[in-house]
Amino acid sequence: MTAPTLVIGEPVPVDDRAEREQMDRVWGSKPGFWGWLTTTNHKEIGKRYITTAFIFFLLGGIEAAMMRTQLSRPENSFLGPDKYNQIFTMHGTTMMFLFAVPIMEAIGLYFVPLMVGTRNVAFPRLNAFGYWLFLIGGSFLYVQFFLNTGPDVGWFSYVPLSGPQFSPGKRADTWAQTITFTEIVAIVGAIELIVTIFKQRAVGMSLNRIPIFVWAMLVTAFMIMFAMPAVATASMYLALDRLVGTHFFNPAEGGDVLLWQHMFWFFGHPEVYIIFLPATGLVSTMLPAFTRRPVFGYPAMVLALISVAFMAFGLWVHHMFATGIPQLAASFFTATSTMIAIPSGVQIFCWLATIWSGRPRFATPMLFILGFIFLFVIGGVTGVMIASVPFDLQVHDTFFIVAHFHYVLVGGAVFPLFGAIYYWFPKVTGRMLSEKLGKWNFWLFLIGMNMTFFPMHWLGFYGMPRRVYTYLASTGWGPLNLLASVGALVIAISVIVFLVNVVTSLRHGEIAGDNPWDADTLEWATTSPPPPYNFLHLPVVQGRSALWDEGDEHQVAVGTSTERREVLLTTTLDAQPDSRESHPHDSIWPLAMALAIGVLFITAIFTPLALPIGAVLGFIAFAGWAWPTRQDVESESDEKVSLEGA
Amino acid sequence: MAGALLACAGCSLHNTQNALDASGPQSQRIEGLWWLFLPIAAVVWVIVIAVMLWGAARKRSPREGMETRGGAEVVVRDEARDRRMTRIVAGGVIVTVVILFLMLVADFRVGQALTMAPGTQAVPIKVTGHQFWWEVQYPDSVPNKTVITANEIHIPVGVPVVMELTSLDVIHSFWVPSLTGKKDLLPGYRRSLWFRADTPGVYRGQCAEYCGLEHAKMSVLVIAQKPQDFEAWRAAQLDSATTPSDSLALRGKTVFMGTTCVMCHSISGTSAAATAGPDLTHVGSRRMIAANTLPNTDANLYAWISDPQRIKPGVLMPATKLDPRDMQALVAYLRHLK
Repeated sequence: MTAPTLVIGEPVPVDDRAEREQMDRVWGSKPGFWGWLTTTNHKEIGKRYITTAFIFFLLGGIEAAMMRTQLSRPENSFLGPDKYNQIFTMHGTTMMFLFAVPIMEAIGLYFVPLMVGTRNVAFPRLNAFGYWLFLIGGSFLYVQFFLNTGPDVGWFSYVPLSGPQFSPGKRADTWAQTITFTEIVAIVGAIELIVTIFKQRAVGMSLNRIPIFVWAMLVTAFMIMFAMPAVATASMYLALDRLVGTHFFNPAEGGDVLLWQHMFWFFGHPEVYIIFLPATGLVSTMLPAFTRRPVFGYPAMVLALISVAFMAFGLWVHHMFATGIPQLAASFFTATSTMIAIPSGVQIFCWLATIWSGRPRFATPMLFILGFIFLFVIGGVTGVMIASVPFDLQVHDTFFIVAHFHYVLVGGAVFPLFGAIYYWFPKVTGRMLSEKLGKWNFWLFLIGMNMTFFPMHWLGFYGMPRRVYTYLASTGWGPLNLLASVGALVIAISVIVFLVNVVTSLRHGEIAGDNPWDADTLEWATTSPPPPYNFLHLPVVQGRSALWDEGDEHQVAVGTSTERREVLLTTTLDAQPDSRESHPHDSIWPLAMALAIGVLFITAIFTPLALPIGAVLGFIAFAGWAWPTRQDVESESDEKVSLEGA
Repeated sequence: MAGALLACAGCSLHNTQNALDASGPQSQRIEGLWWLFLPIAAVVWVIVIAVMLWGAARKRSPREGMETRGGAEVVVRDEARDRRMTRIVAGGVIVTVVILFLMLVADFRVGQALTMAPGTQAVPIKVTGHQFWWEVQYPDSVPNKTVITANEIHIPVGVPVVMELTSLDVIHSFWVPSLTGKKDLLPGYRRSLWFRADTPGVYRGQCAEYCGLEHAKMSVLVIAQKPQDFEAWRAAQLDSATTPSDSLALRGKTVFMGTTCVMCHSISGTSAAATAGPDLTHVGSRRMIAANTLPNTDANLYAWISDPQRIKPGVLMPATKLDPRDMQALVAYLRHLK
């Protein structure tokens, strides 16, 4: 078979309806439920992923509201210690493992292929597998919770409290297996993102031209590759201690309780940046649309992302100052914890410069960006404070820390995320969200957020530790706790406003058009919502702001197959055309594989027979996945492309 | 808002469990760090937010025009302006680095002061964490002069104390905010913590590491006394329990020795010598019961012994079903153990 030559030039202005129908046939999923189960389209999966993670956000929010209700007055009897401990564990585990990390990756898996101008993610079946496994893992945690087997040892599950002696029953096992699920999911997503970003960028999108959100996802994906194995190993050790009787963490048998903390925080601190860096990427990518200029200091922004990623691995011990780390060693971690403020500062200064020199438009996403800076700087300055060992020894494990990291994570990640939903909702659904409700959403959230978390700084100084289900009236913590609980109510109202906005806008929202914000990244160059193949003709990029830097002629790359699924691979640095690669078809086997692994992990808690059962099921799923079909054999291609035109 | 909250919070809450009401050199130095960090943080935040809001809202001059690029209205490129902003951003970064460095120096100086050896005059105290109470020992070179008590730590004012911290079950954390920062009690490790109280008083603290069901009700009192009062207290604690003279309490002793109490508790001078629960030799002299959850009164003791799970659900002490008269006798006996 001779391959057609890749041609770069202006699209031929013909009626393209026939071409679109052909591409729909090639890239579209089968209609009906079967098509829904087998799809490997990154947008279908991305939508499910974002929706599922958002449902977990709502569940985590309900748990937060229950905790705030319990703590609203001293010696309240709304929740007993057993329920409260399960609920705060579920809140942390849900927000970190089932909401924050997955939703950022999900946004990446939806938008990175669009932003880099390709047709799907690399390894689309792996992507489907990742989603199904996430769904199974998350549902498993909640089914266990409703069966009164939900974990109750904190999202950090310190040993020996989570060990076999002090947590008999299956609760801690539920936690450990949930973690194993989510680690695999995160790593799978990271692999897809790295390969998609390195190999599938549009012609001309050299590394110094990719949108900052894509940079942020690339850096984050590498962090995931290095951070997640630490906690996956730790949770496996814990499972072994609990199920097989090993003694990794048992001091009576030569094990060590601090080993767990080192392994957990070696993951746990980078985790914070795994959540935060994509959020900064969202901000840097939205900001140009609302200031009408490219983001200021692109190279500095990218270098800041990369240096944060490196430093994030050198400060885990600041979670362990109270365990009695020698002063000299602790000083090293104080220094890195302080130093990481520098690249974060660089990013903030660049955003300020962008806003200053641009022409701001105060649409809802822009409000969330301003709110993000407002809140994140508060969390940032308290973060510098708690890098100090002596200071940390007072506030560690108190409500001061609760205040600090909610400013960082809600202010620093949830605010950009809400902004991003307002910004990209039109692209995903074709309809705008209501601006009026959006402003209510924003202001209520900002006010509620400060009412809830600002007083907690003082509660920390007044001696209120974290993870207490109640407190005595004589402590005097009542009034500030009540204020915080009222603030939580305001946040809840704000989220309800948001949900109303989504539901009504899905049906009645203003029709968006391709590029409602006049933005500069490639996802706005296609229809809203995008077709299964993303772009009829693969875009060619001529500058950092793909759409604004287009010269007089709109250029595309033509010559990949329209008869079968094929993607264009480009070189890693310069994004010059490299080769055409055939692209997998939809398949049921990713779901089968996820079920097999789900069965393995879940039954492993109850019986060692899980291993042989899981091995057989896994093998069947793997064989089905790898079995070459006639379709695959016929469409096999991996040809170097020859280039024509310029 | 910050100022208003600070002011209102400061007036309503004045207790002895407060890191901002420091009563010893450790906590005072850390409090000093806060009063250094707070204004720096406030100034930084105000400047950043002011620049952001001003930059967003300022009137644009006619020179800052718009142009059409790729079909979109965008701000005209202005190399000279971007160069100026690069210099300002670089200046901002340098100022940030200088501020962070100054904070680091202040922090290291405090850190160094806190870790300095307390001197040889320090009073050694061993604290062992249990779910959900504190075992306290004052070791002595003469073994039978070792004082054993629980949940209430007496210390002399103006004299450093050195605590040796460990745990026999899960991780706990010792924290009395008015006196010092916290330190974990780790199974398999011994950690030391030294501090000094400069004013007599009762300083409350709570376990600061999540340790299970009743983490919330695992408090500790540090009672700082004049040195002579402390010595008197210590001498009294060395006495064995006396046999009560009144008949009710005497009957209570029989009840104690004849029920499950003796499986977990010890009372020196009697045959009760178990160590799973707090030592009760001088329980009548303590201010609070149930790890400082309830004042030590007859009624509270009665309620606590009858059904500890109602007061601290999940506590390891089981309910004791006794005839009311036996229970009254038991309470009388325990109150007698001064």
